[in-house]
Amino acid sequence: MQLYGTDISSRLLLGTAQYPSPAVLRKAIETSRAEIITVSLRRETADGSGAGFWELLKDSGCKVLPNTAGCHSVQEAVVTAQMARELFGTDWIKLEVIGNSDTLQPDVFGLVEAARVLCADGFKVFPYTTDDLVVGEKLLEAGCELLMPWGAPIGSGQGLRNPDALRAMRAHFPDVPLIVDAGIGRPSDATHAMELGMDAVLLNTAVAKAGDPALMAKAMAQAIEAGCNGYIADPMDPRDMAVPSTPTLGMAELI
Amino acid sequence: MITIAGAGLAGLASAYELAKRGASVTLFEKAEQPGEGSVARFAGGMLAPFCERESAEEEVITLGGQAADWWSQVTTVTRRGTLVVTPPRDQAELTRFARRTSHFAEVSGQAIAELEPALKGRFERGLYFAEEAHLDPRRALDDLATAVQSLGVEIRFGTSAPPEVDLNCTATAASLPDLRAVRGEMAILHCPEVQLSRVIRLLHPRMPLYLVPRADGLFMIGGTMVESNSDRSPTLRSLTEMMSAAFAIHPAFAEASVVEIGAGLRPAFPDNLPRLVEHDGSLHLNGLYRHGFLLAPALAQQAAHHLLKETCT
Repeated sequence: MQLYGTDISSRLLLGTAQYPSPAVLRKAIETSRAEIITVSLRRETADGSGAGFWELLKDSGCKVLPNTAGCHSVQEAVVTAQMARELFGTDWIKLEVIGNSDTLQPDVFGLVEAARVLCADGFKVFPYTTDDLVVGEKLLEAGCELLMPWGAPIGSGQGLRNPDALRAMRAHFPDVPLIVDAGIGRPSDATHAMELGMDAVLLNTAVAKAGDPALMAKAMAQAIEAGCNGYIADPMDPRDMAVPSTPTLGMAELI
Repeated sequence: MITIAGAGLAGLASAYELAKRGASVTLFEKAEQPGEGSVARFAGGMLAPFCERESAEEEVITLGGQAADWWSQVTTVTRRGTLVVTPPRDQAELTRFARRTSHFAEVSGQAIAELEPALKGRFERGLYFAEEAHLDPRRALDDLATAVQSLGVEIRFGTSAPPEVDLNCTATAASLPDLRAVRGEMAILHCPEVQLSRVIRLLHPRMPLYLVPRADGLFMIGGTMVESNSDRSPTLRSLTEMMSAAFAIHPAFAEASVVEIGAGLRPAFPDNLPRLVEHDGSLHLNGLYRHGFLLAPALAQQAAHHLLKETCT
């Protein structure tokens, strides 16, 4: 899989928030074999005051994808992205512009506007969006080279609320990397996303809040690999009738 | 003579353990008053090993089990347990919390009303951790300072420690490898209309809160954990969320006076557990994180054993 020209072999992108401790997080990163970790840049840590935590993640060998989590306006998201570029030395940015503080639903209008500003400024934007096709097109026009549709609201763990829309997205954007971001609760949800032809899955809470985050991280990685292989292998379609799977030729004469 | 840098929670507790074993101890403290420079003054003062196990390692129980008895030697400990509740919409949080913890009883709305009459009709389900306790952190620090002084320990206030000491207990001021600061924010409310006798924890997916009753109609609220070494005043966002959560516990908190707000930096190692570390010629006791009052006694005992070359049992 290529994201903005970079070869990435792990299709699991892992968030780094809400773990019981940085030590547990490190273990989860290792067992997940993720190559990309997201780091939330709250405005209050944008001055570098969160360095102690980030220092512990530096030697994980992962590529850092900073995000603009919790930003509610274009201006706020753009400023946060610029701070993140300085702080982490990367032009990758996961762009979140939140439209509703209860559902954490993306404000797709603000998102497109912010994406346009950031892409023009040389950022490689990973936009957290809905499964709306028109919004997807506008984001690509703005300069994004991939899309990150939600599966369900952030942190809800509901799985894929609208798999048909994701299937339509795959068909509509056959050559654009699609990463399901948000809503994954269980490994089967991640498999489901990959079986729909998604290129990768980004998740955080499902691992961080599991009883054993390291084991869940491993399970998610396995589930994603299974779903990916399942999609590539071109699965059979369901049939209405039973079809015997045992050959009839050469049956033993029992009398 | 044993020298200790820092007369905060870890330094005082270690001095107490050392003095009880007959050692002669001197504490150096930059601040002028007991507890003034200690992050522990912003603590909740909960002795809640079983609740903490929800997100911490098993050690919080094994090391924290004797904390209430230890503190009872020097200060007032309120042994009324912890009541964990959640808004009706977030019942799943309570179920998850119950799966991750032990030593509680599931309680109905009626049982909650019997435990805390002020909460009658407010919550349908809860978890009651009867064996847990709490104390008033500032009073406990004062009482502990008095106790160590009466054991003959000298505390030199307003005095920086020499470069090498036997035990360094300077929390986030110590430059130890892998030690980081985790910011916590709190507020103290005055609300004599609400009578609560034990710690209430409100579970919520976004704004979990603990509310600790103190004397004279005061309540401490807290619960934020931010990966930051900034000790500026609490943010509006954190305060708004904490105060909304307090209002969700009881609407009378809407009329509470905000007596104080504060933020502190908790020292933590990567596994969020405290430990003794040899570094630059001193033994360090550090990394108490959010479990200061709970784990300081056990760590202080370990430090005393170590410094007096006793065998750990």
